[in-house]
Amino acid sequence: MRFVDSYSFLEKLRSLIYELMELTDKTEGELREASTSVKLGLPSMLKGGVIMDVTNPEQAGVAEDAGAVAVMVLDKLPYDVRKSGGVARSADIKVIEDIMSNITIPVSAKCRIGHYQEARLLEEIGVDLIDESEVLTPVDDKGHINKWSFSVPFVNGARGLPEALRRIGEGSSMIRTKGEAGTGDVSEAVRHMKALTKDIKFLASSLEGGDDVIRKYSRKNAVPYELALLTARLGRLPVVNFAAGGIATPADAALMMWLGADGIFVGSGIFKSNDPQRRAEAIVLATSCWNDPEKVVEAQRMVTEGSALTGLDIRSLRPEEILQVRGE
Amino acid sequence: MVRVGVLALQGDFLEHLEVLQNLAETRLIMGAKDFNADGGIDALVLPGGESTTIGRLLEATALKSELIEKIKEGMPTLATCAGTVLLAKRIKDRVVGETDQQRLGVMDISVIRNGFGRQSNSFECKVELKGIGAVKASFIRAPRIDSVWGSAEPIGYINHPKVGRTIVGAVQSNIIALTFHPEIHGDEKVHRTLISMVRR
Repeated sequence: MRFVDSYSFLEKLRSLIYELMELTDKTEGELREASTSVKLGLPSMLKGGVIMDVTNPEQAGVAEDAGAVAVMVLDKLPYDVRKSGGVARSADIKVIEDIMSNITIPVSAKCRIGHYQEARLLEEIGVDLIDESEVLTPVDDKGHINKWSFSVPFVNGARGLPEALRRIGEGSSMIRTKGEAGTGDVSEAVRHMKALTKDIKFLASSLEGGDDVIRKYSRKNAVPYELALLTARLGRLPVVNFAAGGIATPADAALMMWLGADGIFVGSGIFKSNDPQRRAEAIVLATSCWNDPEKVVEAQRMVTEGSALTGLDIRSLRPEEILQVRGE
Repeated sequence: MVRVGVLALQGDFLEHLEVLQNLAETRLIMGAKDFNADGGIDALVLPGGESTTIGRLLEATALKSELIEKIKEGMPTLATCAGTVLLAKRIKDRVVGETDQQRLGVMDISVIRNGFGRQSNSFECKVELKGIGAVKASFIRAPRIDSVWGSAEPIGYINHPKVGRTIVGAVQSNIIALTFHPEIHGDEKVHRTLISMVRR
C-alpha cells in the first residue's frame, strides 16, 4: 500500500466521525475547504524540510532566509522555558500576527495540551498549523483537544507508535517524535524514533498471521484498531512524522533523517547558538541531503562546536523537569 | 520504460514517486550527478514543497544550472505548486509583494505565491485541464498564475468565490505547470501526459 492511499483511508475515517459528530465541511460552490487531503497536504509539503522555533519577526526572517519550510512561534524557546520555570502558554497574538505578515512560509504556533480555546484563537487568526505541545504547561492531564472539529491541521508529539496513533485518532494531521525539548541532547529523539519504527515493523510483520496480533496490540496500547491496521499495511506512520527535541547540529538532523524522520523541528538549537544564521542554513542542507555524506560534511563545516547550544544531559534533569511525559 | 527523474530536495516527492511507480522507472534527483546515473532520465518532475527552501537548495547543490539546461533543451517537465513557482520568470507574494527568491525562471508566467491566502483558504476541487481531462486537485497554500505571455498558454481555470476566474495550469512546449496537487489524490492522468511527451 502506498502513502498516497492513506489520504483516502483517513478521509473515510473522518467522514464517519464527522457524521457521528454532526459536523459539516466548509464548502463554497465546488470548493471544499479543510478536507482531509487539504489538512494532510500541508504537512506533506513540509517533508524533507526544517521547521524552526522563533520568538519574534527578526528570528522568523532569519529562518525564512536560511531555507526553513515553516516557523513555529513560541513565547520562549524551550531552553528558556526550562530556565525561567513558571507556566508556559501560547505566544502573544500580536507577535504571531507580525510574523505572519512578514514572511511567506507557513507559520505554526503552539497551544497548551487540552487548551481548546488557545487552539481556537490560533485558528481564528489564521495560523497554518497548530502544535498541541508538551513544551507548554498542559491544562488537561486527562485528555487532548478533539482535533477533528478544527479546520486547521494539528501536529502532536509522540514517544512511540501508541501515542502517535492515539493523536491521529483524535484528528491530528502530523506527528513529531517528542525527544526532550530545550536540552540540545538528541538521545531522547533517537529513542522515540526507534521505538516508533520498532512497533511499525512489528505490526507490518504481524499481518501474515491474521489480525489477532494487531487486535491485541491495539487493545493493549489503547489505540484505534483501524489505525493500527492501516499502519501495518502502509509499513509507516499514516501521516507525516518529523523528529524533534534536542537537535542542535547538522549531524543531529542527518541522524534523525537516517532513522526515518520525514523532516526536522529545531527548537533552541538554532537561536540559542552563537551562529544562528549559518547553523540554520547548515541544518537545512543536512536535512535535505542527509544521504549524501559530502553534503553533510559541508553542512557540518558551516558551524563550529564552540558555538553550539551547550545543552543539558538529560540524565541530569529532575523528574519534574522532564517534558516528554506530559500528555500521553 | 521511460525514466522519470523526480527532484527530491524537499517537498512531496514521495507522492510523485508513488503515482509514477506503475507508469515509469523513477530516479531521485538530489545532485547534478543523478541526471546521468543509470542511463539518464527522459522526463522531470518538480514536486510541491516550499519554493524558498527548494530554491536555496538548488543553489547549494549546484542543481540550478543543470535543471535550467535540461528544461531548455526540451526535457518534458511537470511541475506542481512550488515547482511552478520555481519555473516562473516573475514571482510575487500575496502579502509581502515581489520576491527576489532563487528560481529557475524558464517559463513565461507570473505567479502570486499563496495566491488564495493561507492554509485556512486551502481547498480541493475538480479541475478540467485542456488536453489532459478532469483531475482531482488540492490547492495547499497554492500560488496563482496571474499572467501568461510568450510561448506559454493556459490549460486550466477555476472560478474561485473570492479570487474570481484564475489560471491554475499552463503549458510551454515541453513544460506542464500546475498550481495544485493532483499527486496527493493518486491521480495518474497528468503523469501519463508527461510520459507521452517523451519522444521515443
